[in-house]
Amino acid sequence: MDTVTTLPVMMPAAAEIFLTVVGMVLLMAGVFRGEKMLKPLAWATVAAFILAAGLVIMYGGTGAAFFGLFVTEAFAQFAKILILLGSGFAILLSLGYLKSEKAGRFEYPVLILFATVGMMLMVSANDLMALYMGLEMQSLALYVIAAIRRDTLRSTEAGLKYFVLGALSSGMLLYGCSLIYGFTGTTSFEVLAQVFAADSTPSTGLIVGLVFLITGLAFKVSAVPFHMWTPDVYEGAPTPVTALFAVAPKVAALALFVRVMSEPFGDLLASWQQILVFLSIASMVFGALAAMVQTNIKRLMAYSSIGHMGYALVGLAAGNEAGITGVMIYLATYIFMNIGAFACILAMRRDGRLVEELSDLTGLSKTHPMMALALMIFMFSMAGIPPLAGFFGKWYVFLAAVEAGLFGLAVIGVLASVVGAFYYLRIVKLMYFDDAENPLDSKVAGDLRLILYGSAAVTLLFFLVISPIYDSARAAAASLIGA
Amino acid sequence: MVVQALVFYGLAFVAVASGVMVVVSRNPVHSVLFLILAFFNAAGLFVLMGAEFLAMILIVVYVGAVAVLFLFVVMMLDINFVELRQGFLRYLPIGTLIGLVLLAELILVVGGWTVAPEVPQALGTPIPPPNEVSNIDALGRLIYTRYVLLFQISGLVLLIAMIGAIVLTLRSRVGVKKQSIETQNARDPADVIKVIKVTRGGGV
Repeated sequence: MDTVTTLPVMMPAAAEIFLTVVGMVLLMAGVFRGEKMLKPLAWATVAAFILAAGLVIMYGGTGAAFFGLFVTEAFAQFAKILILLGSGFAILLSLGYLKSEKAGRFEYPVLILFATVGMMLMVSANDLMALYMGLEMQSLALYVIAAIRRDTLRSTEAGLKYFVLGALSSGMLLYGCSLIYGFTGTTSFEVLAQVFAADSTPSTGLIVGLVFLITGLAFKVSAVPFHMWTPDVYEGAPTPVTALFAVAPKVAALALFVRVMSEPFGDLLASWQQILVFLSIASMVFGALAAMVQTNIKRLMAYSSIGHMGYALVGLAAGNEAGITGVMIYLATYIFMNIGAFACILAMRRDGRLVEELSDLTGLSKTHPMMALALMIFMFSMAGIPPLAGFFGKWYVFLAAVEAGLFGLAVIGVLASVVGAFYYLRIVKLMYFDDAENPLDSKVAGDLRLILYGSAAVTLLFFLVISPIYDSARAAAASLIGA
Repeated sequence: MVVQALVFYGLAFVAVASGVMVVVSRNPVHSVLFLILAFFNAAGLFVLMGAEFLAMILIVVYVGAVAVLFLFVVMMLDINFVELRQGFLRYLPIGTLIGLVLLAELILVVGGWTVAPEVPQALGTPIPPPNEVSNIDALGRLIYTRYVLLFQISGLVLLIAMIGAIVLTLRSRVGVKKQSIETQNARDPADVIKVIKVTRGGGV
């Protein structure tokens, strides 16, 4: 036997390896010490996320690990920082909830940690197989987290629905991958890119495979018409879990989408651009229209996130460097707005119980002036009103679409955002111009308030940091397209 | 060569025939048994292609685990399969129509199939010659070296599945009377046995 075994290069994956080891240690600590470990485990997970972010930043440049299955560059680093930020804030949001609802289980932070590792692996995947494994790792952990309140009907229903539709989308993605493999003979992104660079007239079978792959990914970012699961899962899952779903997995799936479309299939732009244009128009329009008739604020946030994914896909549909820059900036603003909005939802309590109807927000400006102000900032920002954070995300993706000559897409996008402003402004109207029938509890937990005001401040003052964020987003885009 | 062709046609015929029987047999237990027969024949086809490891895995995983699980489910759930099939004849025309449309689409797609000629050159990982190394050897060389990352992620996925199964199903029940051998052995007869003198005619 002449097989020479060498240890693979592992340094670029240091953050993922570190998080995995921490996850297993925390799991053991939880198993041996029991439920009372929930709080220390949650804080340890957040600390591990901060350290992992440090590792991601420290590694810096471009690198490949594990025989080219795993790559990292400025793009992956940008996305990973956003993912860690989203997951970390979701855990912080959960602490008060788990305690008050007596739903605390020590596996909760551990599962979020493993899901986060899966997301980071997705972002760094450089092979169709690595893509699938990362995706499956994050999805499986998220299915369990959605159903973590197994004694409530809605949580288990959300988990089951997410599982069944997620499994379906994984099946389609795998079918697409197998067709692509069959028609090119490789699963590696680099070799795929070489094959298409040499011959950019793809065969029918390959296009069919690509369509299936896009379908699977569109399921994960909940783009219309693959969005059916989103409102039910968002409504049924416990609120802090919904907050997690709205940020971290969306960032990971969209970053993966961007990587797959621009790296291996970058030369097939003509073949996939129209699909993405359709996905993004459908998501923007449907998200705006369907959100209008919602009465439950979690469902409203679900349609709002469908719409937001549509706007972000505008940048991807543009298919140029400016578009990817726009997507990254959009995701950065999206995270803060959503974390803040969900902190507001978690602060909506009456007689100690969580309420989640829009009508519960009436007269909030009189009972909770600061919270109403913060929620107003988030709503204006989501509607895309300058100079708030959300405006910049929309500005850069539409700019990229115009640059790429997709005028129709940009015009429809702007119109959809005007329509979408209606339901965001309706919340502001409820808070400021309607009278409260029975006001919400006046006491809001301290940590929740901190996250709320912090993200409101970031959203409000985003224009101060826009130039460094723009620079790093552009470096991220350049590292992906230039490579 | 002739023998090989004969064996192939034999296995393929039985596989397809038992596949049909899975769908049409009245008794669901018979369906599962035909499914197992189909798996065995597919495994035989794999052996014919020189993929002996895949054949064994197919039997171990599908027959040993999946099909037996099906059998359990079929036997335990009280589903009236005859009732389920009642609309069979009524829906036959529309089913056939959809099947024909799908067939037409498949023919259209396959008709336009062009297999890229550069496929063999782009192969990411060359397959070692099957007459030099066995399947398991070849797979092992790849899984534990080049694809070690994927192998480890699979392990993590299984770990998450295990955590999930425990989180979603394990309940620590209170008030269940369990035997505790330590407590039983530690009991001192002097504490728990009392000798009572019973007078004749009186109760305890």
